[in-house]
Amino acid sequence: MTIAVEFSSVSRHYGSVKAVDSVSIAIAEGEFFSMLGPSGSGKTTCLRLIAGFEQPTSGSIKIFGKEVANTPPYEREVNTVFQDYALFPHMNVLENVAYGLRVKDVANIECMKRAEDALALVALAEYGQRKPSELSGGQRQRVALARALVNRPRVLLLDEPLGALDLKLREKMQMELKTLHKKLGITFIYVTHDQGEALAMSDRVAVFNRGRIEQVDTPRNLYTQPKTSFVADFVGTANVVSGDLAQLIVGDRQPFSIRPEHIRMDGTGEVSVNGVVADIQYHGATSKIEVDVSGQSIAMVVSNTEQPDAQLPEIGKNLSLCWSKTHMVMLETA
Amino acid sequence: MSTLALRPLANTLYRNNNLFLFLLLTPPLLWFGVAYLGSLFALLWQSFYTFDSFSMSVSPEFTLENYRSLFDATNLDIILRTLGMAISVTLACAAIAFPIAYYMTRYATPRERGCFYVGVMLPMWASYIVKAYAWTVILSQQGILYWFINHLGLTNGLNQVLQLPIIGGNTLATSNLGRFIVFTYLWLPFMILPIQAALERVPSNLLQASSDLGARPGQTFRKILFPLVFPGVIAGSIFTFSLTLGDYIIPQLIGPSGLYIGNMVYTMQGSVGNMPLAAAFTVVPIVLIAIYLKMAKRAGAFDAL
Repeated sequence: MTIAVEFSSVSRHYGSVKAVDSVSIAIAEGEFFSMLGPSGSGKTTCLRLIAGFEQPTSGSIKIFGKEVANTPPYEREVNTVFQDYALFPHMNVLENVAYGLRVKDVANIECMKRAEDALALVALAEYGQRKPSELSGGQRQRVALARALVNRPRVLLLDEPLGALDLKLREKMQMELKTLHKKLGITFIYVTHDQGEALAMSDRVAVFNRGRIEQVDTPRNLYTQPKTSFVADFVGTANVVSGDLAQLIVGDRQPFSIRPEHIRMDGTGEVSVNGVVADIQYHGATSKIEVDVSGQSIAMVVSNTEQPDAQLPEIGKNLSLCWSKTHMVMLETA
Repeated sequence: MSTLALRPLANTLYRNNNLFLFLLLTPPLLWFGVAYLGSLFALLWQSFYTFDSFSMSVSPEFTLENYRSLFDATNLDIILRTLGMAISVTLACAAIAFPIAYYMTRYATPRERGCFYVGVMLPMWASYIVKAYAWTVILSQQGILYWFINHLGLTNGLNQVLQLPIIGGNTLATSNLGRFIVFTYLWLPFMILPIQAALERVPSNLLQASSDLGARPGQTFRKILFPLVFPGVIAGSIFTFSLTLGDYIIPQLIGPSGLYIGNMVYTMQGSVGNMPLAAAFTVVPIVLIAIYLKMAKRAGAFDAL
C-alpha cells in the first residue's frame, strides 16, 4: 500500500492559538479520507497544509514520500475544490477548466480537448461558454470539480465542497462524488463538518477536535465503537453518561455511551434505569423521547412504524429505560 | 409641526414609490443636468461659433474653423505635448501605485492600512497652489533635491540626464523631467485609491486557486490578479490622464516654456477672448479620453466588471 499523504507530528500555530496540534495521519493511495470536525477544529487548516497554502509550525508533511515543506502549491501534485468554488469570474467555464493546463503550457488543442472531457465528466459539456455568474450553485460546484480534476492530480482535496448546496442537491452530489472517486481511483481528502456526509462517503474518517485528532477509523467503527465522548457525541447522536449517573446505572464512574436507538422501553435488556418523560419530538419515521434521569437528559428513538402513536408514553409520566450491555461503549476518560 | 402631522405624508410616499423617487431624484438630476451637462454643452456649442480676429469679437455663425485650426502645427504641438505628458504621468502613477495598493490590501494590518489611507490622502488636504510652489523651491538649484543629489555624489549623473533631449533642461525646475515629477506627485493618490479598491474586491482564494492549479506567481499576476484589477487601473488612469490634460498651473510654474491644452484654453478665453477656440480645445481631452476608454474596452479592461 502506497501512502499518499503522511503527517508526522504536524502543528500549525497562530500566535498562541494551536489550530493544528501535533497531528499524525497516514492516508493511503486511492482512499476516500474525510476530515470531520466542528468549525475551528483544525480540519481545514490540515487541508491547506497539504495544498501548500499554509506552512506547518513544526512536524513534517510528505506527499507520496516526498517532504513538501519547501514545495509551493503550484509544484504539488494535489488540486483543491474550494469551499466557495473560487471560479475565475473573468473567464468562461471552459477557460476556467482549461486554466490548469494553460499555465503549464499544454498545447492549445490538447488543452481544449482535456477541458471538454473534464466538463463532460461532470455532465456540463454544454456549459463551456457560460460565465460562472450565469450558473447555479450546483453547476459552479461541478465546474470547480472539473477544474481541479483536469490536471489529473494524484490527490484531490475537497474543502466542504457541498456546504453551500441545499439538502437534496447535496445528497445527489455525494453520490456523484463517490462514483467519481471509484471511477478515477485517486485519493480524495474530504473536509466536512457534516457527520452524515462523512459516514456516507468515506473509507476512513478522522474526527478533529480542538486541533487534535480524536479518532481515525472506518465509518462503521466510528459509529459503533467511538473511543472518546467527543466522537460518540459528534458522530451520530449518543447519550454520553459519566460520573454519578454512570455510578447509579452500571456501578462504575467511567463514562460510557449508548445510542438512542438502542434504548428500549419494553423491559428487555440487562441494564435499566427509571426517569421522567420530558419531551417527545415527532420526526416522521421515528419519534425522539427525551427522558430526565436524575437531572440528566437521556434521549431514545422509537420507530413510528413499529410503535403506533397510541403507545408513546405521555410527557411527565415515569418511564423505565433499558438496554443491552452489548450496545454500551466504554469511553476513555477525558 | 409634530411627527403625527407628517404621518399622512410619510404614508403617501411609502405607498406611492414613484412619487417618492420623483421627489428624491429631481433636485440632484436638475443640478447634474443643468450645472454639469448643460454648461458643458453650452461650451461645446460655442466651439462652432465664429471668432473675428480683426474685431476680436465672437458671432454666432456656424463654422468648423476652430476644429480645423486645432490641426495647425502650433496647436497640434500643444496637444501632443500635453498628451505625451499625460501618458507618461499615468504610466508612472500606475507603476508606483500598484505595489503600494497591493501592500495595503494584502499585507497591511487594519491599523497600518489606516495609516496608509491617511498618508495617501494627506497631501490632498493641502492647497494645490501651495504644493506647486513648494515644488518650484524643492526643484530649484538651491533646493533640497539638488543638495541631496550633491551629497550622494550624483550631480554629474543628474546633469547628464538633464542634457537628454525632451526630458532635459537647464535645471530640474525648468525641465520636463521636473514637471513630470510634480505631476506624478500630485496625481498619485488618484491612482492608488481606485487600484486599492479594486484589489480589495479580489478574493484571496482566487489567487490560491490559481496557484493550486499550477500557476507560478508571475502567471497568477498576469492571468488572474491583473485582469481583475484592470478596471481599477483604468479608473485611476482616467483621473491622472484627465487631470494632466486639463492642468494649466504646473506648466506655468515648472518646466520649460511651451503651452499645454489648459494654458491654451486659459489664454484663449481670458486675454484673447477667443471663446470658440478655447471651447474647441476643451473638446480635445474629452475626445482623447473617449478614445482611451474605447481602447481600454477593446483590451478587455471591463470584462471583469
